[in-house]
Amino acid sequence: MKEEIIIAGFGGQGVLSMGKILAYSGLMEDKEVTWLPSYGPEQRGGTANVTVIISDERISSPILDTYDVAVVLNQQSLDKFESKVKPGGTLIYDSYGINRVPARTDIVVHRVDAMDATFEMQNAKAFNMLVLGALIKAKPMVAVESVIKGLKRTLPERHHNMLPMNEEALRKGMELIQL
Amino acid sequence: MESDIRLMKGNEALAHAMIRYGADGYFGYPITPQSEVLETLEAEMPWESTGMVVLQAESEVAAVNMVYAGAGAGKAVCTSSSSPGMSLMQEGISFIAAAELPALLINCMRGGPGLGTIQPSQADYFQATKGGGHGDYRLITLAPSSVQEMCDFVALGWDLAFKYRTPAMILADGTVGQMMEKVILPEPRRRRTEEELREQCPWAVTGKKNRKRNIITSLELNAPAMEVINNNLQAKYKRIEENEVRCEALNTEDCEYLIVAFGSMARICEKAMELARKQGLNVGLLRPITLWPFPAKAIEQAARKAKGILVVELSAGQMIEDVKLAVNCQVDTRHYGRMGGMIPTPDEILGVLKEMFVK
Repeated sequence: MKEEIIIAGFGGQGVLSMGKILAYSGLMEDKEVTWLPSYGPEQRGGTANVTVIISDERISSPILDTYDVAVVLNQQSLDKFESKVKPGGTLIYDSYGINRVPARTDIVVHRVDAMDATFEMQNAKAFNMLVLGALIKAKPMVAVESVIKGLKRTLPERHHNMLPMNEEALRKGMELIQL
Repeated sequence: MESDIRLMKGNEALAHAMIRYGADGYFGYPITPQSEVLETLEAEMPWESTGMVVLQAESEVAAVNMVYAGAGAGKAVCTSSSSPGMSLMQEGISFIAAAELPALLINCMRGGPGLGTIQPSQADYFQATKGGGHGDYRLITLAPSSVQEMCDFVALGWDLAFKYRTPAMILADGTVGQMMEKVILPEPRRRRTEEELREQCPWAVTGKKNRKRNIITSLELNAPAMEVINNNLQAKYKRIEENEVRCEALNTEDCEYLIVAFGSMARICEKAMELARKQGLNVGLLRPITLWPFPAKAIEQAARKAKGILVVELSAGQMIEDVKLAVNCQVDTRHYGRMGGMIPTPDEILGVLKEMFVK
């Protein structure tokens, strides 16, 4: 098993922490993982992206040309990464602010309305967990339980009161995708 | 065991490894992409647990001279920086090497020259391996390619530094510093006691009691005496060259094409090698782990049947000079590199390899 994933969006959307939770989930299942952010000035407002690899075997390059899964959360990221999904791969995008939808027919495309769901939940902070839920539903690379364990390891203990909200968002995210 | 396996950035692993080594002191000044070293040390507050000193100096020049002083007292001390900051430290590093003191130096390289960018680079290879400061000195130079190696090379670097009484450098880059991977942290060791230090470092300035006084200096105005000091240094460097070469070889037996790359670049080249082998090309990879002493013999052996060597670096071509020397220019050796913080992808490297050699 090996999944090569890119997650991209605006800085502040929780792109890097979503990748971190995903990487931790892989760790909980004793997999090899790498997490490589774009750490430039773009982190502070512009676009941010992170490459996560989860594998049963030793991982060579943390930097990739193409991806099994792309999770894109704004138009720039969609424009940049749609062409970099491997044929037969998966593209997940949030519809909010998207004016040009994905055009490829040789990949599986999932639209999630996670931003709309945050309005329903009245909780903007739930956004990345909703998307993560959708991701592991579309591509069950790690078990939900591992994600929850991973979340616990990622959040500092003083924020552990936020675990139930995050778990709820994760499970709600899984319902946002119809397979 | 679960708690010993952690996911962390290379820079964070450096900091945790220092504390667990039983380090006495860290002196640094923040600079991207290695600021997490100081940040992590400040967050862990080892001065409360092990007594390790952590200090943000007023400049890189101050930091390296604090390391000079701590090392003179026999302490396990370290500083870290990124390229422009490392340039500021070169005078101090030359002094530390001349005074034959053990110290751990870490350079998490970024794109240059000048202030350059904050993205990864490997263009400080010359500076690290050929002596960035003045005079005939060498740095044991370790090039980690994973977060685990960032962690492990802290202990290895200090052990070698104390063994040979010479500074050792971890030459990392922005990618290994910023990347998160699984890491297994070593068992914590306690710091040496003053008694242990006096016994293990009889040369250190520890407060003279019933012994000849120790003098730590790099100054010797008498030229014949200074030549003797130089000869002794060179004899030590020869011992290091004979005993401390480290490298990793993948598929190099009878390989037709050899890639030589270090640090994060070796990881990307490993993927390029995997892709090439899937296409039926007999490609091997040799990764120098010690950049000095350089694994010249291993490269010469790996290239015996090779039609060509591709040296891939995040620079205009620095390590390639040592590779050409290793094979005595008997094998067609070419370079591919990106600069200024740009990073080539596996496909890009495979394309270059095919274009240059396979046709």
